Amino acid sequence: MKLLKLVPDHTNVDFMRWRNVALVLSIIVTVASISYTFYRGLNLGIDFVGGELVRAEFAQPLHIDELRGRVDSLCGCQASIQALGKTDRTYQIRLPKPAGPEAASNAVVSKVRAAIPQEYPGARVDAGESVSGKVSEELAADSAKAIGFAMIGIAIYIWFRFEWQFGVGALVTLGHDIAMTLGFFAITQLPVDLNVVAAFLTIVGYSLNDTVVIYDRIRENLRKYRKMSILPLLNLSLNETLARTVVTSLTVLIALGVLMLIGPEVIFGLAIAIFLGVIIGTYSSIYISVASLVWIGVKPDSFLKGDEKDEAEPQPA
Amino acid sequence: MLEFPKWKIWLVSLVVTAGILLSIPSLLAGTPYADAWPKWLPQYKISLGLDLAGGSHLLLEADAGDAQKQRLQSMEDSVSTELRRDPRIDIGDISTAGGRLSFLVRNPTQVDAAVDRMRNLTRPVALTGNRDWDVGVVDSTRVVLTPTPSGTAQALKDAMSVARDVVRRRIDPGGTKEITVITEGGNRILVEVPGVENPETLKQLIGQTARLEFKLVDLSASPADVQQGRAPPGSQVLQMADGTGFIAVKRRVMVSGDQLTDAKQSYDQDGRPDIDITFNTAGARRFARATQENTGKPFAIILDDKVLSAPNINEPILGGRANITGGNFTVQSAHDLAVSLASGKLPVKLNFIEERTVSAELGRDSIHKGVIASVIGTLGVIIFMLITYGRFGVYANIALVVNAFLILGIMAMFNATLTLPGIAGFILTIGAAVDANVLINERIREEIHRGRRIIDAVETGYREAMRAIFDANVTHVISASIMAYFGSGPVRGFAIVLLIGVVTSVFTAVYFTRMLVALWIRRTRPRAIHI
Repeated sequence: MKLLKLVPDHTNVDFMRWRNVALVLSIIVTVASISYTFYRGLNLGIDFVGGELVRAEFAQPLHIDELRGRVDSLCGCQASIQALGKTDRTYQIRLPKPAGPEAASNAVVSKVRAAIPQEYPGARVDAGESVSGKVSEELAADSAKAIGFAMIGIAIYIWFRFEWQFGVGALVTLGHDIAMTLGFFAITQLPVDLNVVAAFLTIVGYSLNDTVVIYDRIRENLRKYRKMSILPLLNLSLNETLARTVVTSLTVLIALGVLMLIGPEVIFGLAIAIFLGVIIGTYSSIYISVASLVWIGVKPDSFLKGDEKDEAEPQPA
Repeated sequence: MLEFPKWKIWLVSLVVTAGILLSIPSLLAGTPYADAWPKWLPQYKISLGLDLAGGSHLLLEADAGDAQKQRLQSMEDSVSTELRRDPRIDIGDISTAGGRLSFLVRNPTQVDAAVDRMRNLTRPVALTGNRDWDVGVVDSTRVVLTPTPSGTAQALKDAMSVARDVVRRRIDPGGTKEITVITEGGNRILVEVPGVENPETLKQLIGQTARLEFKLVDLSASPADVQQGRAPPGSQVLQMADGTGFIAVKRRVMVSGDQLTDAKQSYDQDGRPDIDITFNTAGARRFARATQENTGKPFAIILDDKVLSAPNINEPILGGRANITGGNFTVQSAHDLAVSLASGKLPVKLNFIEERTVSAELGRDSIHKGVIASVIGTLGVIIFMLITYGRFGVYANIALVVNAFLILGIMAMFNATLTLPGIAGFILTIGAAVDANVLINERIREEIHRGRRIIDAVETGYREAMRAIFDANVTHVISASIMAYFGSGPVRGFAIVLLIGVVTSVFTAVYFTRMLVALWIRRTRPRAIHI
């Protein structure tokens, strides 16, 4: 059987040659991503801003404007309605935060919930959520804390296992990946709920998967080829791990792609966020994680102990 | 590499078999084959989260202001009772302003005695060395009781555990349903009820106050005064529950609903729904004495300050049993009232701060789509690994399938909850678990290109790849642990699947495949490896 070789043996791609171009590109996209996120804002779900959500499935296809008119007159408010799936039969109705700081539910949602099956025979209320301002503030704070702690925890781990330069590289990479994914959610205005936060945390774990493998190879090569200068050494390490990077990214993308395309709609946000995160993570493991080592000033002898250094680079007499 | 001792082979096979056996009951659940699984094999099952099983999730929080108010009120009662006892101390101007309880001692010589008796009312708080109230004197005649922070915390803790039991009894009077009622974070109660799709019914059950009291009717009041809301001293005017007017009753409570041991919906002589109640010993004694002393007079049955009925006491009621009639009860309302009477009083007001419901249909739909996506995703990865690594891909694929069983088996063993994001975590783990094999296989390829002998290349491949596999998996463990710690329900379900998946994938991808490869090389001694 002839085996598939996506990456030929003995590649010799000069990745580091493009590092300045990639860096400028990454800075532009990251800055654009962050500014756009601030300018447009994320479509935060009720998990983070409070409010109520009713998900209903109708027996017949229904026009969104008709449903909006009915719901608005029922609740006397501005409901935001979103179609789920492509059949015009499943809708998500989002109502503003209930009055009062504590209570999670008010009469409006019960009214809408009760009215839907009456006004539209055969309709079914599939899910309802209502989150008070207090809980949503806590969830938002916890999510931000969790992402922050995960980033710092992983950077510290890499610092301990490798060297501080690698820890800094990892932290910069994570910041880059999270900023890019946020930008994607700002542009698409996909709702950001608790599942998407889980996706962000997964990205924090997975985006460094490639980075760790490549760093491991760099460390190995730094010990093996003491005379080699840094850029060829980084290129060599990247080429040696290239096949693995491609194959692993593809297996993860195959699994997630299936989940994204035919999986339950409720977790579409989670699936697409991780899918995107894997692609960004693969790019950034090369052009952010590795390239940043050059910017931080890692040299072939940076990690040698004192006496090893003498041996590798004899002091001028 | 080739030394793979017999006991290790047995151990690995044992773990794999156990994983498969443990996971099968969960896979069969809900299918017609569920009964075919032999009873003597493991019966552990994964439980489904509410987002898959359908049901309601409610989060309730104690109203801190109300908790404090209730605590002050009950202290005020104990203080009055205590100081009325012999030797009596006259007090006045009782106040609960500013969250403190204070009163004037009329006779200045009794201030010290009053303070002593107040100190005796306070209790030490376990493990803190503090008492639950500070007792002090201001302006030489005013005694002030201030709740201490540890006392307040202890009181809230006690109230929450009582409230949790009351909530459980109200939702599930029979104690037969699989519901979750747990306290969270000191002042919250989490309620999860599978199968209930409308949270309103649950909220009504939990929120019912049901304060039941029996009081004597004040026959001395003139009907005209009563209709205008005026009552003689020591009495009060209450509304009839059926809206037929007003009635004057004595303020003193004959016996109250706190002193019940049981309440059941039943029917009266005319076949109308009513409620049978049974008093506890103290309640029965009080009820017996009151009915003996007042035979022939009417008494009022009062629910939440509305009079349900005012029957005559025809004869003393000594057995501690009575029935409540006249509330225009339906079977349902009588049943609900009986449940809330029997479940006792909520010690603190609870607010609903979060609610989530999912219908069983949506849950089933999610499982269906999740299973299909899992199967297709796994097949996709298996085909890809096969065409990329040939024989070594087959080994990785066997490991992948074993890994899937192990994840399910471990979840079943710990009775972990599978949520919808958990399914996503499962699929993600399938995609990522082969990473270890990719690392190993690529390394073996490399070592062969460097000209190593087969056994040597395989050995080096496994050894050198191990370091990267370990480091890469630690980053997953860090992010998944943080997720499990901060995340709520569904997200925690995702994190748990990831965590289990990381551990099992290292086992299957490294040890299990290594065993397969070692056995193959030992048996066939291949001259070349196709990888």
